[in-house]
Amino acid sequence: MADSSPALVVEAVVKEYGTTVRTRALDGVDLTLVPGELTALVGPSGSGKSTLLNIIGLLDRPTSGRVAIAGNDTSSLDERGLTAMRARMLGFIFQFHHLLPAFTALENVMLPAWGDRGMPSKQMRTASEDILRAVGLADRMHYRTSNLSGGQQQRVAVARALVHRPPLVLADEPTGNLDTASSGEVFALMRRFNRELGTTFLVVTHDRSIADRCDRVVELVDGRVQSDRRISAPTDDAQPNRG
Amino acid sequence: MPFEWFVALRYMRDAKGQTALILAAVAIGVSVIVFLSALIGGLQTSLIDKTLGSQPHITLRMPREEPRPLVEPTAGVAIARQIEESPQRLRSIDQWPTIMAAVDRVPGVIAASPSITGAGFAVRSDAKSPIVIRGVDPQRFLAIIDIRKRLIAGRYELDGDDVVIGSKLASDLGATIGDKLRILSTENVDDVVTIRGIFTLGNLGIDGTWMLASLRHGQALYALPGGVTTIELKVADVFEAEHVAIDVRGRTGLQADSWMTVNAELLAGLSAQSSSKTMIQFFVILAVALGIASVLIVSVVQKSREIGILRAVGTPPRRILLVFLIQGGLLGIVGSFVGSALGALFSKLFETLVRDPSGAPKFPVQLDLSLFAFATAIATGVGLLSAVIPARNAARLDPVTAIRNG
Repeated sequence: MADSSPALVVEAVVKEYGTTVRTRALDGVDLTLVPGELTALVGPSGSGKSTLLNIIGLLDRPTSGRVAIAGNDTSSLDERGLTAMRARMLGFIFQFHHLLPAFTALENVMLPAWGDRGMPSKQMRTASEDILRAVGLADRMHYRTSNLSGGQQQRVAVARALVHRPPLVLADEPTGNLDTASSGEVFALMRRFNRELGTTFLVVTHDRSIADRCDRVVELVDGRVQSDRRISAPTDDAQPNRG
Repeated sequence: MPFEWFVALRYMRDAKGQTALILAAVAIGVSVIVFLSALIGGLQTSLIDKTLGSQPHITLRMPREEPRPLVEPTAGVAIARQIEESPQRLRSIDQWPTIMAAVDRVPGVIAASPSITGAGFAVRSDAKSPIVIRGVDPQRFLAIIDIRKRLIAGRYELDGDDVVIGSKLASDLGATIGDKLRILSTENVDDVVTIRGIFTLGNLGIDGTWMLASLRHGQALYALPGGVTTIELKVADVFEAEHVAIDVRGRTGLQADSWMTVNAELLAGLSAQSSSKTMIQFFVILAVALGIASVLIVSVVQKSREIGILRAVGTPPRRILLVFLIQGGLLGIVGSFVGSALGALFSKLFETLVRDPSGAPKFPVQLDLSLFAFATAIATGVGLLSAVIPARNAARLDPVTAIRNG
């Protein structure tokens, strides 16, 4: 992680869909996240949150504008470069956890690095076991994820997103289909890794109570940044909202 | 374990029912191919063995005598031609020892044997029978037709007046070992011979007419001192016989007939059988390929969300491609192992159960390693090929769409 550079720079990003009838999903978005920030991205449905997240997640390319992750500009990268960057610089937490049901918790956590490098390594395994212990799943490592509860599955997903210590983690409605208790647990985990590892988080959420516990809330409306509120400094160690 | 193998194996293990079904389909397909090839191969080999067990691969003889014109047409004279075939006499091959030595060195020829063959009669008290008298070099002739193995009584001895005759001829004449026969050749030479052995080649025509004698004895009977009428050859590869015959014809100027021209109908039958076998194999392979492809296509659709997730977290498309190619290849190779074993089992079972009255297998099967290697190679190749389309579909999935719609 390039310490001095921002974890994320989004500059004048425009995304248009369609050829004859052009729909503008993003209309010049600028966003900079400093390392260690836990930022909520909020906005009504259709405001362009998902589009922006896909572009930042290097799953989609902007029509114009640029995205840099931890100081690495992505506009000149080809598909291969983007894939490698997703594997090494980014962590993903999806709404429906999106684990692979045929694999155990441990294998799910190992798969991204395994798929990136080709062969598993001792170090890959140790790191995965460590992080699963850290999310409280020491005794569930060798369970198939289909045999875990919703909250446990989402904790595996958090572990998978963080095992390779990426500078930036993107979470898309990470608590979207969890009960209140599990939501609290999952958010607390993200907050803990944010504090302990200094990982930068960008969390798309509809949940007001989650957004309020972040350091900063960016609101997107009609493809533009409508408001950008700082709630607390990213270095603030007080944890009033720890669930 | 490499990522691709790990994921491919897990997916196959996870979908046990699907994997088992398609493996069964591949195995059945391969076993049909193995069984069919073994059966048809065995039948063909035994047919060829039977055919070639009683005839040389190539027979050399003097070219036919062509009719000679009595009057040559000249300018201004028109002739209404009437061509009459020349009567063919028994003629000796000129310089046959030199020719035989030369032919022996032709590539593909493994044995050559001189022979003098003519017709005649055998008489024993009231019984008279037309015969084919074959004067041969006893040792060399064994390389062409192994009479010693076909003897049913007596010994293979052709010294002096000793002869060995076919079993049907012996029973027609009511003769047995040690009996004497009077024979008359078409050259009106008569002689008394002693039966030393009786053979059966499984061919009524031969068993009912052949009388083997020494070469010198044959030459005396046909008044061709020192001569031979045919040189018989054995070649290394029976299906190359016609090519070798053409080669020999070019070198010697003699008429050279291979077993393939003599038995053109048998060959046509064998080749029709082979093409029907090829056609059945083709359709079986096609069915296997479609089976593998359809299972993998369904699997890619079922797993498209997971593929999207793997792509999103940074798995390169080529690894996704390999995951599905490996599955196709494995289904082919494992299926073909099981299928080869099943096919071998069916073949052996068939050979054991279907027997003729004498207890010998009615349909000898021919199982060899190359057949299994062929089936395995085909099934694996087909597995890989049929996985190409599903694997490419998987590798090309757009992660965003796949995750949203998968």
